[in-house]
Amino acid sequence: MHPAYSVIFFTVASGAGLGLLAFMGLGALSVGAQPMPFMLTTFGIAFALTIGGLLSSTFHLGHPERAWRAMTQWRSSWLSREGVFAIITLIVGAIFAALWTFMDIGSAILGIITAILSLVTVWATGMIYAQIKAVDLWHRWLTPVCYLLFSVAGGMILFLFLHAAFTDKTEPVWELSSVAMIALLVAWVVKVFWWMGGDKSPTSTPESATGLGSLGKVRLLERPHTGSNYLLGEMGFHIGRKHARKLRLIAVMLGAVLPILLILLAIPAPFDALWLGLAVLAHLAGMLVERWLFFAEARHAVMSYY
Amino acid sequence: MTQLPESTDRKLGLVIDLDTCVGCHACVISCKEWNTGGYGAPLADTDAYGDDPSGTFLNRVHTFEVKPADKPAMVTHFPKSCLHCEDAPCVTVCPTGASFKRSEDGIVLVHEDHCIGCGLCAWACPYGAREMDAVEKVMKKCTLCVDRIYNENIPEEDRVPSCVRTCPAGARHFGDLGDAGSDVSKLVAERGGFDLMPEQGTKPVNKYLPPRPKQQSLDEPVNLASLAEPKASGFLGWLDGALERLG
Repeated sequence: MHPAYSVIFFTVASGAGLGLLAFMGLGALSVGAQPMPFMLTTFGIAFALTIGGLLSSTFHLGHPERAWRAMTQWRSSWLSREGVFAIITLIVGAIFAALWTFMDIGSAILGIITAILSLVTVWATGMIYAQIKAVDLWHRWLTPVCYLLFSVAGGMILFLFLHAAFTDKTEPVWELSSVAMIALLVAWVVKVFWWMGGDKSPTSTPESATGLGSLGKVRLLERPHTGSNYLLGEMGFHIGRKHARKLRLIAVMLGAVLPILLILLAIPAPFDALWLGLAVLAHLAGMLVERWLFFAEARHAVMSYY
Repeated sequence: MTQLPESTDRKLGLVIDLDTCVGCHACVISCKEWNTGGYGAPLADTDAYGDDPSGTFLNRVHTFEVKPADKPAMVTHFPKSCLHCEDAPCVTVCPTGASFKRSEDGIVLVHEDHCIGCGLCAWACPYGAREMDAVEKVMKKCTLCVDRIYNENIPEEDRVPSCVRTCPAGARHFGDLGDAGSDVSKLVAERGGFDLMPEQGTKPVNKYLPPRPKQQSLDEPVNLASLAEPKASGFLGWLDGALERLG
């Protein structure tokens, strides 16, 4: 599948933003009042990533001016559900954030609702891909699980970084750091399982696609067109599969190994925010590689005709 | 409405005979011609006379080679357009309601004024039946010539899809596949018509009729080039043989 940069940026940014928002929602339960600059920056980054991601996803639309129509078919379409949940999450999250930041009311109920809505939105993003039966690699229940776990892990290390940058910490923050490292580890281990489970022979073949398999082995003799077309541009991408193994390794190194090492470095140091900032950047870079591969590696059933 | 109808009154569709199709692409051209002037936005071509021509088509003809284990290979021309699936995955994924399946005749259509051009329906279709128009930025697909089949302003014999009307080999048939007594249903029953990619669970309405297996069984391919070798006779033949023997 063709990896569209707008969609890669959208899923990575809104995933991390919604993860951070979910973590802030749950934070209202335990953390209590926080300094104003921290609240403003954290909520600001969470909303900027989420809204920025959503806006970037409209760039690949043929008619962005009609995007509002995408809210209407939530009964059958996961893309529509994602849009509806995203809007509701942003509205509820904004009320929750405003109450907590400006009026010092950390509503636990609103916080929990914001957290649940954020994660449901991320789940819906994953389901957009998981529902597509024509792409074997995506059509698995583990796909939305990966999206969810990456969102949680991304949100956690963002929270860890911002927390370190805006609060005076005289002692190491073991608890929060450990939780973030575990979240990272779980997300990437599940992702590795997802990769392993995806390496199998395709469901649809030239034989089943043409229905001629009972007669013999089928291969394309002549393409229907001498030039390219929309289908080949959108689904005929296979450079990703060529370098898949190397890129998977790069994704794991950037997204998991490097951030965990940087978090470990940050725990005892006095200026730990720097290390954690680098951990956030490494993780986001790893996520971009992972997301690029998510599209580039996927084989669409229509390629059985080419 | 992107929820699929529970059932449709009729199941209009095509039956394509792979035994008869000669791969002339006339259906491709007539489809393009009719649908550029008819329902919805025209089917655009980009860089048509340049280095990288590309265009929107609703029907395309592939050509496959089928190689049985013990016989010589056979060539099959393979026209492919929207199969108007009963369980159309392209319809349910549409976020705007632009894609829909009609309950009266089962035709899958796109309401182009509502299409945002997200491309998700094209991803959902395993057959590659949908193509985004590069100029209009909306999704295009076979309409089963909905503006012909009910059109009382054209002669009755023309009230079939353009591809069916134009096929010089009679390889394309149009009718109600939901009615067991219709000509197309009988044809499917007689000839063992089949579904494409049954494993995708889309329940396509369009059916394909299989090509006949090759009757002539050739054990070894004939060396055709040797048949074209000139054979010398008379004096030249003797000279040829004598020089050959000299080594």
